[in-house]
Amino acid sequence: MILPIIYLCIRSFSDASEAWDLFFRERTIRTFFRTAMLIIGVTGASIAIAVPIAWFTVRSNLPFRRVITVMAILPLSIPSYVGALVVIAVLGPKGSLQQGLEMLFNVERLPEIYGLPGAMLSLTLMSYPFVLLTVRSGLFKLDMALEETSRSLGSGQVLTFFRITLPQLRSSIAAGALLVALYTLSDFGAVSLLRYETFSWSIFLQYEGFNRGLAAVQSLMLVVVAFLILFGENKMRGKGRYYRVTSGAIRPLILMSLGRWRWPVFTFCTSIIFASLAVPVAILCYWTIQGLYAGQTLDLMWGRALNSILISISASVITVVASLPIAFLSIRYPSWLNTLLEKLCYVGFALPGIVVALALIFFGINLAPLLYQTVFLLLFAYLILFLPVALGVLRASILQVNPSIEESARSLGRARFWVLMTITLPLLRPAILAGASLVFIATLKELPATLLLSPPGFQTLATSIWFAASEAFFARAAAPALLLILLASIPTTWLLLREGNLKQ
Amino acid sequence: MKPPAIRCFGLTKRYGGIDAVYDVELTLYHGELLVILGPSACGKTTLLRMIAGFEYPDRGTLAVEGRILAGPGILEAPEKRNIGMVAQDYALFPHMNVAENVSYGLDRKTDRVSRIKESLDLVGLTELEHRMPHELSGGEQQRVALARALAPKPDVILLDEPFSNLDMGLRSHLRAEVRWILKKAEATAIFVTHDQEDAMYLGDRIAVMHSGRLEQVDTPEEVYTKPLTRFVAEFMGHAQFLPVYLKDGALVTEVGKLSNTENGIQGDVIEVMVRPDDISIEADPEGGGVIIERVFLGTHYIYTVRLSSGEKIKVFSEHREKHPLFTKVVVKLNTHYYPMCLVDGEPRLRDIGVAYQRIAKKQNRA
Repeated sequence: MILPIIYLCIRSFSDASEAWDLFFRERTIRTFFRTAMLIIGVTGASIAIAVPIAWFTVRSNLPFRRVITVMAILPLSIPSYVGALVVIAVLGPKGSLQQGLEMLFNVERLPEIYGLPGAMLSLTLMSYPFVLLTVRSGLFKLDMALEETSRSLGSGQVLTFFRITLPQLRSSIAAGALLVALYTLSDFGAVSLLRYETFSWSIFLQYEGFNRGLAAVQSLMLVVVAFLILFGENKMRGKGRYYRVTSGAIRPLILMSLGRWRWPVFTFCTSIIFASLAVPVAILCYWTIQGLYAGQTLDLMWGRALNSILISISASVITVVASLPIAFLSIRYPSWLNTLLEKLCYVGFALPGIVVALALIFFGINLAPLLYQTVFLLLFAYLILFLPVALGVLRASILQVNPSIEESARSLGRARFWVLMTITLPLLRPAILAGASLVFIATLKELPATLLLSPPGFQTLATSIWFAASEAFFARAAAPALLLILLASIPTTWLLLREGNLKQ
Repeated sequence: MKPPAIRCFGLTKRYGGIDAVYDVELTLYHGELLVILGPSACGKTTLLRMIAGFEYPDRGTLAVEGRILAGPGILEAPEKRNIGMVAQDYALFPHMNVAENVSYGLDRKTDRVSRIKESLDLVGLTELEHRMPHELSGGEQQRVALARALAPKPDVILLDEPFSNLDMGLRSHLRAEVRWILKKAEATAIFVTHDQEDAMYLGDRIAVMHSGRLEQVDTPEEVYTKPLTRFVAEFMGHAQFLPVYLKDGALVTEVGKLSNTENGIQGDVIEVMVRPDDISIEADPEGGGVIIERVFLGTHYIYTVRLSSGEKIKVFSEHREKHPLFTKVVVKLNTHYYPMCLVDGEPRLRDIGVAYQRIAKKQNRA
């Protein structure tokens, strides 16, 4: 886990004066501001979209709430570069929208979509579901008595929402915003296709241009920004005082009647789903069919799909197997060493894929030449990147297993290991499956590390989409993109439907 | 004359074909503390929430201070009712400190600072103004919730199971305190509880509720000693029923003669309610009863006595009166009030006497 950071420090400070020089170079600072603007824009827009959808689907009598919820979360399975691809295809020069408008009104140019607007649009539409998920679960935990008390003290429904409900949701919003901000920060696919030079793309360009010193310095800055975001989330969450103070019966949620706003709200929710899910899928289908008519074959795609599936399954198995003992030790035997071990694993959360990839290349060349350019190094990168995901899910679930269950089993004369295998692990099975599917989805979509660490000739769906799209062969990118979305949406849907609180 | 603080006429609420609350008639006067007492799922919380405005009645009318809040074609929103509420888990707003919580319901015109101080003084928490809810103990949280509900001077204040989250020691302490605070604030309040002791401690009057109906609304003494229904008798605790016979021209039970014989009563089977504190035992080798169980409770013993008929009966005795198990005893009835009696299973009160004629007639025929 610390490996990448050690690498970056060695790399950056091997020539200290040069490093500082690079640090304050105008280009680096510009990159910093571009990155910050994108993060703020995407996070703000995601909150603005996701909080209302979450509230309407959980707490109001919105029609088709369940369908809307699933559809609004599904964009999570669309990788950012596919989103960017669609944005370019629809809104870019000679894109569908411009061509349509040209036919009708003779419009020849649309506002520029490359750069910040396009990056913001595609990243927002693909990452707002993070906030939607956290705010939804926050809404389910709300204590109705608070709202009722507020109303009995004379505040109406709207006032109560802003004075009581929204402040209670602060930590859920912060948790979702953290995910969106880190996703945006580490995103490589969308910014590279839309030519918006944030850190991750800039690092890639420096690396390709053999300017590895600058790449390392910028990577270090990227990690610093990631930690700043983590710190900011901690601040925003407040001092942990937003829990319910006492236990007691939680009242079932009360659904608010939207009255005459019911259908306008419905239109709002469906238009978001339209833009983030229906349009991308429709466009990709259209191109795939066009490509097939133009005589394109899908032969290559099946092999790459198999590569994607195999490597994603391996990554999820390795990651879950690695995270189980860490999660278990840190909860059941909380010594400082185990706690430190667990905290260190979360560092991966703040390490963008491109940084991990660069660090592992350095590590591979210098220390483990046998591993360099093999699948094992790639799997190791996935492990570093996605360990926090699996760890988070498992920890939450282990915390729910009452130690007294294990103690009863042991007092019935079973050895510790036997209890682990027969009691604890079976109880954790849902969490293990959920963690594995999350890692599977993430690996399937992962781009920068896959791009840099794949053995020569090893292509996955993700890399082939990116290569085709970066050379503007949209039609060639469409079929693998469609297949990738399909593959990722199966576990996503499964996870969603398994989630009890969808049943309302 | 001022109207009563609260009047309910025929309040009814149905859930899925079942009457959660049925035809409730209730009048509450100013400054009165009323306890709605009943087992879980008897509809008491639903009744409370209808008064607060979070449930709407299917039938009936609710008026507070002469203003109709719910009735045919009328339904006032909870925030417009001026009715304060203390939730079961207090529902302190966790993101606001004590002062902010208390001032939440005050409108702009009031002098907030002095009103906050006044309310916190009342509950004795003046120094805790800047604490956050999670920094308070259970009892303090409850007092803050009470101060918050009292601050806007509501017409009525509702408390839902206010002591159910507290342990026994704190509970009896807070009961006294909450009663004192409410009396000092001259508040009109309705409590909901399932605990008889809470109810007797807090209520000026107790309304016993069972399957959605109010079975009796009376002072604690009346409810305990003169229950109107078998349910009330049993729910208030320690009710045991003994059959009544005619012997030598007097009505008797197995444990003694009934002293009061008045007016007419009609029925074939008569039972009388005997509480364990209405009877006493005396060791006597000739006695018809045998002690089969003894429990020491500090202030007194509880003996279980098997009577010659096989009927088992519980008796409270002073803590000095220790009898070994299987001692033969005589059981004496020492009621000083008209005991409640059941005639053919139907409750009747204060008219044991006529049963005399009835039973006499029956025995003559036989």
